[in-house]
Amino acid sequence: MIKVALIGAGKMGISHLSILGAHPDVEIVGVADTSKMVNDVLEKYSGFKTFTDYKKMLDAVKPDAVFVAIPTKFHADFVAELLNRNIHLFVEKPFCLKVEQSEKLSAIAKEKKLINQVGYHNKFISTFEEVKRLVSGGHIGNIQHFLGEAYGPVVLKKKQDTWRSDPEEGGGCLMDYASHVIDLLNHIVAPINTVHGSLLKPIYSNKVEDAVYALLETENKISGVLSVNWSEETYRKMSTSITVIGSEGKIISDASELRVYFKSANCPTGYSKGWNVKYVTDLTEQVDFYLRGEEYSAQIDYFIKAIKGEVPNNKNTFESAAKTDKVISLIKNNKNNA
Amino acid sequence: MERILFGDNQFFAVNHISDEKSRAQSIKFKEDKTILDTIDIARDLGTETFMCTTHDRIINICEMVRQNPEKYKNFSILPCMPYAHKYANAVTELGIVGTIQQYVPGNFLGTMFKGGLAVMSKDYLSIMELMVDAEMKMFKKINTPVIFLQNVVTDLLLGLGMKDILKAYHDYVIKKYNVEPGFITMNMPKLLAVLESVGIQNPIICSSINKAGFRMSGGMEIYEKTLREKQVRAIAMQVLGGGAIPAKEALEYVCNLPNVSSILFGASSKQNIAQTISLIHEFDEKKK
Ligand SMILES: NC(=O)c1ccc[n+]([C@@H]2O[C@H](COP(=O)([O-])OP(=O)(O)OC[C@H]3O[C@@H](n4cnc5c(N)ncnc54)[C@H](O)[C@@H]3O)[C@@H](O)[C@H]2O)c1
Repeated sequence: MIKVALIGAGKMGISHLSILGAHPDVEIVGVADTSKMVNDVLEKYSGFKTFTDYKKMLDAVKPDAVFVAIPTKFHADFVAELLNRNIHLFVEKPFCLKVEQSEKLSAIAKEKKLINQVGYHNKFISTFEEVKRLVSGGHIGNIQHFLGEAYGPVVLKKKQDTWRSDPEEGGGCLMDYASHVIDLLNHIVAPINTVHGSLLKPIYSNKVEDAVYALLETENKISGVLSVNWSEETYRKMSTSITVIGSEGKIISDASELRVYFKSANCPTGYSKGWNVKYVTDLTEQVDFYLRGEEYSAQIDYFIKAIKGEVPNNKNTFESAAKTDKVISLIKNNKNNA
Repeated sequence: MERILFGDNQFFAVNHISDEKSRAQSIKFKEDKTILDTIDIARDLGTETFMCTTHDRIINICEMVRQNPEKYKNFSILPCMPYAHKYANAVTELGIVGTIQQYVPGNFLGTMFKGGLAVMSKDYLSIMELMVDAEMKMFKKINTPVIFLQNVVTDLLLGLGMKDILKAYHDYVIKKYNVEPGFITMNMPKLLAVLESVGIQNPIICSSINKAGFRMSGGMEIYEKTLREKQVRAIAMQVLGGGAIPAKEALEYVCNLPNVSSILFGASSKQNIAQTISLIHEFDEKKK
């Protein structure tokens, strides 16, 4: 059994806790949250040991691994302390507010050979994995251009401030929403290293942007466009999609449906010339416990397997998340505030 | 419980495999009247039970039903609560305490949270009870023979090991509404074992059951074994496996499983509704 503890039992943390609770190889040894009410409920009904001070928890329960799901501004300090104590880490996205922190922590984790993973769950969605396979295998030829989009109904009116509406704390559409798309583009196409221009537009919020538009370029000189808006009420929930245009074909994919066009009959098995459609249901593997999407269970299972040495620690590493943080900062520094 | 239950996903742009289809659906069902007309098509074909989320738009549907008591005298609704998106958005915006304050009626909590943290176990359960009552308001005077807990909540509690809350929900629905409690889950065998462990016998559990094994967590073998060997009133949903299986093959599979009391399906055209209902009857007949 892997001894796992959670820090931050908010929206994301509770979801992780539930999936961990159902995992056969995991023993939940403690939960740390500053909210007394949350701790009270978890003690009473789940029987977990809870703490308000995470360091006290670490001293008391000595976990093998910790899930960090506190507001993003705390990630860097907490992760530094946890690495110092040689604990395997799953950290929520985005990784850190500053790239320098992300890079430093990534180097430490690597040097100490600790398993490290960040919660970019889209990489565990089978349609996107298939896009990655098709692109990396050269099946649509040389990539010419890409488009990464995400829309959803998060901020639909002027509202009360929370940590999400404060740029200093990791709030805003860029950090919270666009980060998912950037991370996916980095993974599928190639790491983005240049931003030719960006617009960060407030729609309802006072202090942060509600939409992000940017012109991007990868390190191997492929151009692309990012278009993300979390004040989009025509969507029922977050919808992320990726379009990749290549010399031999084109791919359009979201989390549920993958459409691929091949210019010639020279395409991988299971595909033919012209349009092909595949659904997530055809591509997805069953999970042992389902809470809110296979990908949330699959990413946790992968992390636990990596600790057990059954899979390599090569998905959503701190290193890859640091590259995403890098692009976020490039976009910020390039902004022309609309 | 009726053998065939009519569901609501198609009305609220919930399509598990295509965002584009979702969009087309939300255009088609823009008017509440169109939703009720489609429910009427199912009713005319003998399916008088509508199973739905406590979505805001159901408030209107219920109102229209109440206005025609004669027409809807045999009609019943199986509410599935809570409408999770509403609360998830509220938690982002207002935090947990703020959400409770917004959705739990009365000033009960104002006083409770002011007094710091003298919250007792019983009070958390009364929050749950007040939330159930708040969600049930829209169904006033409508026949609701089973009240379901949505899978997000059931499975969250299941993973967290909060079986006392599942049990408290179960008992409250019986005590307050004198109807049957039901549970929706994506983890049927695990849930059944936990419900049995708190003394709930032969529960009503709605879960994905389909020939493709889609969303049958842990694998379809364990589901089939549970259905064969345990006592449960199972409702099969997502019988088409998210579109992976042709209707005929899909329905033949679920109709022939033991302990599947009801089949939940959704469709938006008269043709698909009629086809599904007649196929279920056909396979049920053959089994006899
Ligand atoms: N992967 C995703 O799609 C996704 C979705 C939502 C949030 N997130 C990320 O998860 C993280 C948390 O977000 P959330 O929405 O769960 O926030 P939240 O506000 O709901 O939860 C944060 C929790 O941390 C607790 N906390 C704050 N400071 C603490 C401290 N010093 N010690 C212990 N506990 C503390 C709070 O009491 C709260 O319960 C963020 O990094 C966010 O970006 C990721």
